[in-house]
Amino acid sequence: MDALDIARWQFGIVTIYHFLFVPVTIGLSALVAVCETLWVRRRHQHWLRLTKFFGKLFLVNFAIGVATGIVQEFQFGMNWSDYSRFVGDIFGAPLAIEGLLAFFLESTFLGLWIFGWDRLSPRLHAACIWVVHIGTLLSAYFILAANSWMQHPVGYRYNPVTGRAELHDFAAVLFNKVQLVAFPHTILAAYMTGAAFMLGVALWLYVRRARTDDDRTLYRRAIRLSGWVLLAAGLGVAVSGDFSGKVMTEVQPMKMAAAEALYHTEQPASFSIFTIGSLNGTQEKFSVRVPDLLSFLATGDVHGKVTGVDELRARYQKTYGVDPGRTYYAAGGYVPVIPVTYWAFRLMIGLGVLAAAFAGLVLWRTRRGQVGIGRVWVWMAVALPLLPVLANSFGWLFTEMGRQPWAVFGLMTTARAVSPGVSSGEVLTSLVAYTLLYGVLAVVEIGLTLRVVRAGAVVVPEPLPVDDVDRPLVHAY
Amino acid sequence: MELTTVWFGLIAVLWIGYFCLEGFDFGVGMLMPVLARDDTERRVLINTVGPVWDGNEVWVLVAGGATFAAFPEWYATLFSGFYLPLLLILLALIVRNLAFEYRGKRDEAAWRKRWDLALVVGSVVPALLWGVAFANIVRGVPINADKEFTGNLFTLLNPYALLGGLTTLLLFATHGAVFVSLKTDGEIRHRARALAVRVGLVAAVVAVVFLVWTQLATGSAGSAVAFVVAAAALVGGLLMASRGREGWAFIGTMVAIAAAVAGLFLALFPDVMPSSTRAAWSLTTTNASATHYTLTVMTWVAVVFTPLVLAYQSWTYWVFRKRIATRHIPGPAPMTPADRALLEQRPAGGPAAR
Repeated sequence: MDALDIARWQFGIVTIYHFLFVPVTIGLSALVAVCETLWVRRRHQHWLRLTKFFGKLFLVNFAIGVATGIVQEFQFGMNWSDYSRFVGDIFGAPLAIEGLLAFFLESTFLGLWIFGWDRLSPRLHAACIWVVHIGTLLSAYFILAANSWMQHPVGYRYNPVTGRAELHDFAAVLFNKVQLVAFPHTILAAYMTGAAFMLGVALWLYVRRARTDDDRTLYRRAIRLSGWVLLAAGLGVAVSGDFSGKVMTEVQPMKMAAAEALYHTEQPASFSIFTIGSLNGTQEKFSVRVPDLLSFLATGDVHGKVTGVDELRARYQKTYGVDPGRTYYAAGGYVPVIPVTYWAFRLMIGLGVLAAAFAGLVLWRTRRGQVGIGRVWVWMAVALPLLPVLANSFGWLFTEMGRQPWAVFGLMTTARAVSPGVSSGEVLTSLVAYTLLYGVLAVVEIGLTLRVVRAGAVVVPEPLPVDDVDRPLVHAY
Repeated sequence: MELTTVWFGLIAVLWIGYFCLEGFDFGVGMLMPVLARDDTERRVLINTVGPVWDGNEVWVLVAGGATFAAFPEWYATLFSGFYLPLLLILLALIVRNLAFEYRGKRDEAAWRKRWDLALVVGSVVPALLWGVAFANIVRGVPINADKEFTGNLFTLLNPYALLGGLTTLLLFATHGAVFVSLKTDGEIRHRARALAVRVGLVAAVVAVVFLVWTQLATGSAGSAVAFVVAAAALVGGLLMASRGREGWAFIGTMVAIAAAVAGLFLALFPDVMPSSTRAAWSLTTTNASATHYTLTVMTWVAVVFTPLVLAYQSWTYWVFRKRIATRHIPGPAPMTPADRALLEQRPAGGPAAR
């Protein structure tokens, strides 16, 4: 493998790893904020217990999300320096603004929230976690604006003198049509992730740990709250995903064709639930198909025409010349790795739908004070938090791999983006170092999470404002 | 003034902010084995920076992002060129971040010991390597006509750069010790103050050698003034520390770090990364910069939001202004059955007892 391959593996590994934790924390920060607001309003012990308990789980995840996020900020310069030179004029701005607007907000107010129980009034304290949540949303907005520009570059001019893309209209970058669908899609998926995490944990505790009626009522509250959020966010993800598909068909038709492994243009086009075969367009052995569905997903019309890979490849070759990305992919170029896009697309949708369906089932079984949760639900409790996490990963795998061979669609191939001065030995060193460290941290993180979960939402004393300078801190590291 | 000059100044300010703030929490981290006698004292130290270290660290993320936005070529050359030292810094920051958050999550001696080690290493490594990196930037490194770094790891490990690393390491240790004396009470406060003076004297000697070397090699009139201010502030700060004036001592070490970093940037200007291969190939504020339009957008964002950030970060320091002593560290013991019984007697939904 050369430096390019290793750098790509590294980007995939560190980015997917980082994004295992980020959606959990975006979603959980909102849910913890809701719990604390309910506590401030109603002063019921349960909401305080849930705030502290899920707050702790939120912090365990947030810490690793922040720590691995540092790499994200610097790896563009380290491994992708030609990319950084080429797009820095446009891509750097959202990154810098993300730091100034979002990271400061998140880190400062999280510090206030963790340590401020005895320093701030309950209202102000609850406001802090809301500000943290707003920080996570701002962060998501700017980084997604940067990514959306890579999917669909707008608001720029190519400068032949400097040989780079230069910013021309910042508003166009911030309100890119890809961004306008990607942001709600990603954030709603993050709410699903946080809610599925809470629902899984609360279900498990309800079945395995709740001994008293009080405990059962407590976990029931968490189950109902997270169940509704998961279901509602799931519907939102489906709707925004549908919009997303249509925008994608318009700006990156190859990605849509690759999602279906559709080689020949069809009108109307069917959607295959799954296929057994080589996916190279020649040897389809068995396939379960829904007629017209792909036409609807791509165009909003059941009779719509969906262009196939072969025709698009010919069209791209005419526009961009013969394969610019070396012979990095299959001969012919411009075509992403179809089995990856095909299956990632299906797994993203399938796992997301499954999570929302579980939420619907739980809500139905616990409707109007009923108790329809028995021992067998432990398995669902364990599976639930993982479903949206995996769906997120497959979604990003799809959207990033589906853009290949481009780093910036139509402007720069991934092969040209890599740092020319960095040796494969250096990239390999960092890949091995990150992978080992991240592996160890995953074990630590999961162990800690399970430990906190097993302890359950214990009874906590109400926080009191400090009047005595000698009293111990309510929270200390 | 040219916007490129403004942004050179703003990036200098971000690095100054980073070193002044994270400098003391690096110091707290690295001095933990020296200053603390037992676990409670270690927790006192960690909790002096507990609510603020994360906000301090964001300064470097913003500095990195601002460099990307305002000087993409600088960002690309620097980060791909200083690859391995930067990797070490990132790995150190990752384990350090998690040490703060995870250390107290399990009440076991072995667990804490491991995270203590992570905290110490995670503080020493960046404190040293940032100095090495900045010394190399100011001194100049081999850069070719394509703005690519052509050296290797050993190019970066020259005596001048290592002295730069030692300077930041010792300055941050001093700054951290002074901070601990300002933020704690009891025995540890006095220990920290005594240590600050001792480490500070060594730091002063090393820093003066490094700054004089810098001034002779690449200095300008501006950097000379800044370096004199830095030296005077450091000596003044140590004097104040030895007299028990911890607040003034902290201002002293803070000004010393700020002035030293400002001096390095003044010595660098108008280059951002001089080429030791050929002066014409140096990256400068003009040939490494973003377009005027991008700089204009970024300037507006910075003008509007920086004061807001400074305001709420200052407020945090105000909220957590109290000194911490061993008596403030809560026991790790979870709730006793008696506590639980007491709480359950209280009517649910009733108003909180004040």
